[in-house]
Amino acid sequence: MLRSVSDFWQDAGWPVRGAMLMLVVLILAAALGPWLTPHDPNAVDLVNRLQSPSLSHWLGTDHLGRDILSRLIAGAGVSLGSVAVTMSLMLLLGITIGGTAGFLGGRADQVIMRLTDIFLTFPTLVLALFLIGMLGTGLVNVIVAIALSHWAWYARIVRSIVLSLKHRNFIHAARLAGVSRLRLFTRHLLPAILSPLLVLASLDVGHIMLHVSGLSFLGLGVSAPTPEWGVMLSDARQYVWTEPLLLFWPGLALLLSVMSFNLLGDAVRDRLDPHLQLELGH
Amino acid sequence: MAAFILRRLLLLPPMLLAASLLIFLLLHLGPSDPAMDYLRLSQVPPTPQALEETRRLLGLDRPLMVQYLDWLGGALRLDFGVSYATQRPVLPVLLHYLPATLQLAGIALVLTLGISILLGMWAARHRNKLPDQAVRTLAFVGVSMPNFWLGFLLVLLFSVQLGWLPPMGRGSWAHLVMPAIAISLMSLSINARLLRASMLEVARQRHVTYARLRGLPERRVERSHVLRNALLPIITATGMHIGELIGGTLIIETIFGWPGVGRYAVSAIFNRDYPVIQCFTLLMVTIFVLCNLIVDIVYAWADPRIRLSAEGVE
Repeated sequence: MLRSVSDFWQDAGWPVRGAMLMLVVLILAAALGPWLTPHDPNAVDLVNRLQSPSLSHWLGTDHLGRDILSRLIAGAGVSLGSVAVTMSLMLLLGITIGGTAGFLGGRADQVIMRLTDIFLTFPTLVLALFLIGMLGTGLVNVIVAIALSHWAWYARIVRSIVLSLKHRNFIHAARLAGVSRLRLFTRHLLPAILSPLLVLASLDVGHIMLHVSGLSFLGLGVSAPTPEWGVMLSDARQYVWTEPLLLFWPGLALLLSVMSFNLLGDAVRDRLDPHLQLELGH
Repeated sequence: MAAFILRRLLLLPPMLLAASLLIFLLLHLGPSDPAMDYLRLSQVPPTPQALEETRRLLGLDRPLMVQYLDWLGGALRLDFGVSYATQRPVLPVLLHYLPATLQLAGIALVLTLGISILLGMWAARHRNKLPDQAVRTLAFVGVSMPNFWLGFLLVLLFSVQLGWLPPMGRGSWAHLVMPAIAISLMSLSINARLLRASMLEVARQRHVTYARLRGLPERRVERSHVLRNALLPIITATGMHIGELIGGTLIIETIFGWPGVGRYAVSAIFNRDYPVIQCFTLLMVTIFVLCNLIVDIVYAWADPRIRLSAEGVE
């Protein structure tokens, strides 16, 4: 693992190296957040509200006097965590449902894929909004809603990969050797599915991050005091005329994170799936 | 062509029916209790007796199948019930806000197509030179840009600093500029990148070389031989972007105070005003499905191979 990361670093150009560094910073901020923040991210200090950047508050303070840098660092954890959970849920649903359809074939396949098609007739954000309307607001519900509005794309892709692998010799060989169906799926098909799926997922992470923060920005995600970049932007909007810097930092953090994920996604694709690269004609 | 359109039109009713079933079932099998939210929005304390009465009033005590058919029958007569919060019929209010949303999304779509085709052609023409690198950089940043943040940056630049454009509201064409840019940048970036790649791919093919060998002027080769073929993937991609454009419009409306369905829907979600949410969702799905139908028809029109195989001509 460490070896392949270092190989990756060796081959990468400076944008990808920058993206890897940014990701390390993000993960550190998410993991060590409480120890890294110079101030308590939720400490209200109305005397020192809307301060300009200074030595004690490097990026200044917001409308409640909370330290912006601390809130940015604490927000990294919320963003990364929710993206990770959403992504895992989507992959889990996609692999189980799409895999079952492709693996069983016949009637079951048709029924499952018609069900998937129903989900695909919705624009993803509209379906997510609808689900939040049904489940109620809150970060957990936003995560569930985004996962439920995206899984169908993954299910379709997993199914097509399974269909293309099903009649390959290594599967026939395993079946003839008397491997049970469950084991056939988990031990023989799954590893072959994971690599192309990893490519797709890494290209999609940035997109999911934008969805989560967009819904939080609308006020549907995390509740009031929790620091999250979308919520920080939404809090800052009334100060667009007087304190524009308030709007700048959370957006920049979001842009740089999404950009890093997209750069890494492209790099992972080029490495794991050179064929795709040729197809796209880069 | 007529047969192709007819066949696609016949697919619409079952698709919408399935979507309506999902919309209905998720409310009634989900964790929420509509009677509870109805009472909360009518500001009646939820005593057991009041709950019981509301269930009867909303028809929640009947079998699920009967409720669905009742709701569907209403929907077919364009009656989606009344809002829990305002007691006004749902559909007329949504239709009142819809034109503003469609206008904004439509302008964003035109902007997406127009600019991405120009940028993609420009980049492909100057492959690996400065314009190409500029377009690729812009496209890369555009794909990663949160649309709501871009909205604020535009307001900061054009309203706060320069004072050129109004930051909020609807009225003149100047109100449209910033929201439309904020909505379209992402799809525009993806399309520009795709068109560049697709044009370079087509330019390698032999019929293009042949056109050049015949001595056709370069502009003509580019337009009638390369671009026409290279646009096909763009049509497909546009079908996929329409969902993003609708979603983007809903978010951007709240930033620019655009009086569209997005803001109304978000407030309904906060209120848990189920009839409004259901009607809004079905409305958006219908628009999305219709747009995709149009995209499919345009694709079949642009690519004779699809059209002829659909008509059974080999």
